[in-house]
This record gives sequence, C-alpha cells and structure tokens, in this order.
Amino acid sequence: MIRFEQGELERLWAHAREGYPYEVVGVLAGTAGHVTRVEPLVNERSDVKNRYRVNGLTLLKAERRLEADGFQILGYYHSHPDHPAAYSDYDRDHALPNLSYVITAVHEGEVVDTLSWRLLEDRSAMRPEQLAVTEEAP
Amino acid sequence: MAVTVHIPTPLRPYTGGSASVDVEGATVADALAALTTAHPELQKHLRDSKGRLRSFVNVYLGDEDIRFLDKEATPVSSGAELTIVPSIAGGAA
Repeated sequence: MIRFEQGELERLWAHAREGYPYEVVGVLAGTAGHVTRVEPLVNERSDVKNRYRVNGLTLLKAERRLEADGFQILGYYHSHPDHPAAYSDYDRDHALPNLSYVITAVHEGEVVDTLSWRLLEDRSAMRPEQLAVTEEAP
Repeated sequence: MAVTVHIPTPLRPYTGGSASVDVEGATVADALAALTTAHPELQKHLRDSKGRLRSFVNVYLGDEDIRFLDKEATPVSSGAELTIVPSIAGGAA
C-alpha cells in the first residue's frame, strides 16, 4: 500500500491539471510507504502528448536533494491525459521493481482517477497497489 | 582491473542491499558481465531480451556517459567507478 498526505496528493493533481493536455511527471518522496513530498519534474517530452521522460542526471540530482532532506524515494508519478490510469506496455517496459508508479488520469482537464502500480519481479506485468490518503501532520 | 559499480536504490535488493559492488573487468561490458554473474537477478532489469542495455539504463564511467565514450567497449582502468543511473520514461499507450 502507498499512502499520501492529502495536501501532497492534491499537489500531484494540480500539477496534472496544469500540464494537461501534456503528461507531467515527478518524484514521490517520504518514508515507509508514506508520501510526504511530491516533487514535480520537467517533462523532457513536450513533442508528444502521451510520453514523459526525465534524464538520469536530472533525476539523480533531484533525488539526492530529497535524500539530503531526509526523504526516501518511494516512486514516481505521471499523468495520462484523456486516457485511463492503467499502465501501458511502454510504462511497464521502462519501470523498475521496488518502486511505486502512480498514474493519474486527466480527462478534459479534470482529474478522474489515480492508481498506483508496482512492477513484478519478472517484468511481465505491473500489479495494482492500494492507495490511501492520510491527514496532514499538524 | 578492479572496478566499483554503484547500484541505484531500487536494484539494491538484488545485491544483498549493497550500494556498490567491486568487480573485475577490462571494459565496461566485462565489468557489467561480472556484476550480473555475481548478482543474476540484475540482468533482466539492466538488459532487454536481446542482451542490450535497456534504454532507460544509463552507465557512467566517472562523470562520462558511456554512450559518448566507446559505449560498452570503453576500457576501464583499475580503481574506475561505474555508476548505473536510471532515467524515467513512460506514457499512455
């Protein structure tokens, strides 16, 4: 299960709406499966509406910054504009195990669904992961 | 040549939790082969079914992406550091 602090999930949704009709991407950081920081990244694939990419060095820098602030990298999120929140074969081909891949579906500019997926060890598929929302710490 | 390979966090469960692995090899290909021989579960995540490095798997020799050197044929000297740096990519159908 992956849990989101409510405000962070709302930040993810806001990012997905702002980026529509293009895909947006970012890092999910926190501790022990609890996302307490959503970190938007720049999608390098602005040429098409159904792809995202962040190069390794840019990602590494963002992750090191988060780790220096005491966060663990729990996974990544991206949006699927006018498409379901199911993973695509392309998503599966580019995934690594032991991370959560959260996909949020944005239809006509509105968030309609958010699902989390984890790659199976044999890379044959991604399994759905329960997603829960927690109250923000006071 | 003794080479240190740095392992990204999501792949550390396959190296017994180690952040780096010391291997022997004269080229990047040798070093990666030694790595996946020692830790076979890494193979399918680093390489596709044809044995090519996956498109999102970047390998750096020091600060240089091996794509801009001699790719996997790049020679390595003793004490060299290889770093596996995944990029992220995906998208709807």
